Amino acid sequence: MKLWIKPTVFVLCLVPSAWLVFALLTDRLGANPIEALTRETGEWTLRLLLLTLCMTPLRKAAGWGWPIRLRRMLGLFAFFYVCIHLSTYLWLDQFFDWGEIGRDILKRPFITVGMLAFVLLVPLAVTSTNAMMRRLGRNWTRLHRLAYVVPALGVLHFWWLVKADVREPLVYALLFVLLMLLRWKPVTLRFGRGLRSDRVSDRGQISNLSP
Amino acid sequence: MPLIRTTSDIQPSEITPESVYRERRRFMQAGLALSGAALLGGMSSAQASTVTLKGLTRSPLSTDEAQTEYKDVTGYNNFYEFGTGKEDPAANAHTLRTSPWSVTIEGECAKPGTYTLEDILKPHAFEERIYRLRCVEGWSMVIPWIGFPLADLIKRFEPTGNARFVEFETLHDPEQMSGQRWPVLQWPYVEGLRMDEAMHPLTLMAVGLYGAALPKQNGAPIRLVVPWKYGFKSIKSIVKIRFVEQQPVSAWMRATPEEYGFYSNVNPEVAHPRWSQSTERRIGDFLKRKTLMFNGYADQVASLYTGMDLRKNY
Repeated sequence: MKLWIKPTVFVLCLVPSAWLVFALLTDRLGANPIEALTRETGEWTLRLLLLTLCMTPLRKAAGWGWPIRLRRMLGLFAFFYVCIHLSTYLWLDQFFDWGEIGRDILKRPFITVGMLAFVLLVPLAVTSTNAMMRRLGRNWTRLHRLAYVVPALGVLHFWWLVKADVREPLVYALLFVLLMLLRWKPVTLRFGRGLRSDRVSDRGQISNLSP
Repeated sequence: MPLIRTTSDIQPSEITPESVYRERRRFMQAGLALSGAALLGGMSSAQASTVTLKGLTRSPLSTDEAQTEYKDVTGYNNFYEFGTGKEDPAANAHTLRTSPWSVTIEGECAKPGTYTLEDILKPHAFEERIYRLRCVEGWSMVIPWIGFPLADLIKRFEPTGNARFVEFETLHDPEQMSGQRWPVLQWPYVEGLRMDEAMHPLTLMAVGLYGAALPKQNGAPIRLVVPWKYGFKSIKSIVKIRFVEQQPVSAWMRATPEEYGFYSNVNPEVAHPRWSQSTERRIGDFLKRKTLMFNGYADQVASLYTGMDLRKNY
């Protein structure tokens, strides 16, 4: 991988959070800054999750190796944004009223789904280190298939939140479906020319390590 | 029980902070400087939003709570006719032509017809009413409206005994209202009130806010304000008022009947199917506050609903 790619992507991933902090402190988030903060961090989580799913098709299509090495970082940034997103809800929205939060999780499907997505993302973040990959071996790959489930839940979370205008969640849903289609055998056989030549699967780095 | 009481349990937190009232003063001064012209009864000027209304009396039905900053009242709006984003209406509503404007009165009344806005407004003296506004999404504002009681307007058209409900319609013109080019809702926007709700002294026809004519993004040139109901009941840019016998089906009822009912009274006990309604964030506040029954107007309006199951009639 070209040396500059990873640090550049790292900085780019930090830009939205830096902007949000700046905008929050300088009153640029509009009339309802907490709602804006929640929405922005939620959307960035979704974008980064979908971006992680772009890496494998990108590698296959272009034959580059570097997208796979960005995948972990993008996934961890998605986790970073969802942590801000969730904290905003727990703190600035509910002020740690655990009774109310519990009722929300049980009774509001969009919150149930969002919370589930977060809970499923935690083990992925925790097991993202090389040591964990080595330790879990094949199970690591199995576990990290959750990377397909979490964005689906994320899109659903967004869809169930909007009042009437589903255009934005629809865009994310279509992107997700497209990214999944690119992984579907009939599609990859037809369009994924690079696929035949190497047996390095979705697992990326791990496939070099497993027997 | 008296029908109207000017109650307000003012809490220390609700006293206008200095920064807020300074912002307000600055705006008022700017408005006065722009134009000293009083424009009572005729909002026909294309530049109506810069015209300052003078000689207004403040209605005793007003709240003393801190008013939401002008820039938020006019910059953070739900007006899907101009887009579904909160900032969209302020950005897109300039294409609305509010002059000439006419309102059609139809249905069960003695004097149906199409009236110019000037004719609609002429007999009425405007007053300032500072009301709380609670959006179904869980945020709220305090807005100094200018207008007159809907009851006074209704009486002029002499509704018949069959007129049990009033139905309102917003302008439907995708040319002027860019949001209507996409069927987010089934256009035109429709709302309705039961006759006794419409005749209630709190129910206002608004033509202005913060001492000036209504900005377009706030529903110019004439809109409804029903302060004890969720904001979407207060239909904007009205072109039609119809007296009917059957309960109208509002735009939101048509869109998602299991989520939006006809009454839509502010009620902290009855959750929206997807989110709680027990608290709200007053725009400009950091902490959320508890939502009050009927948005704090229970003393005035609770009697309209005695014996009704408010869970069923949401």
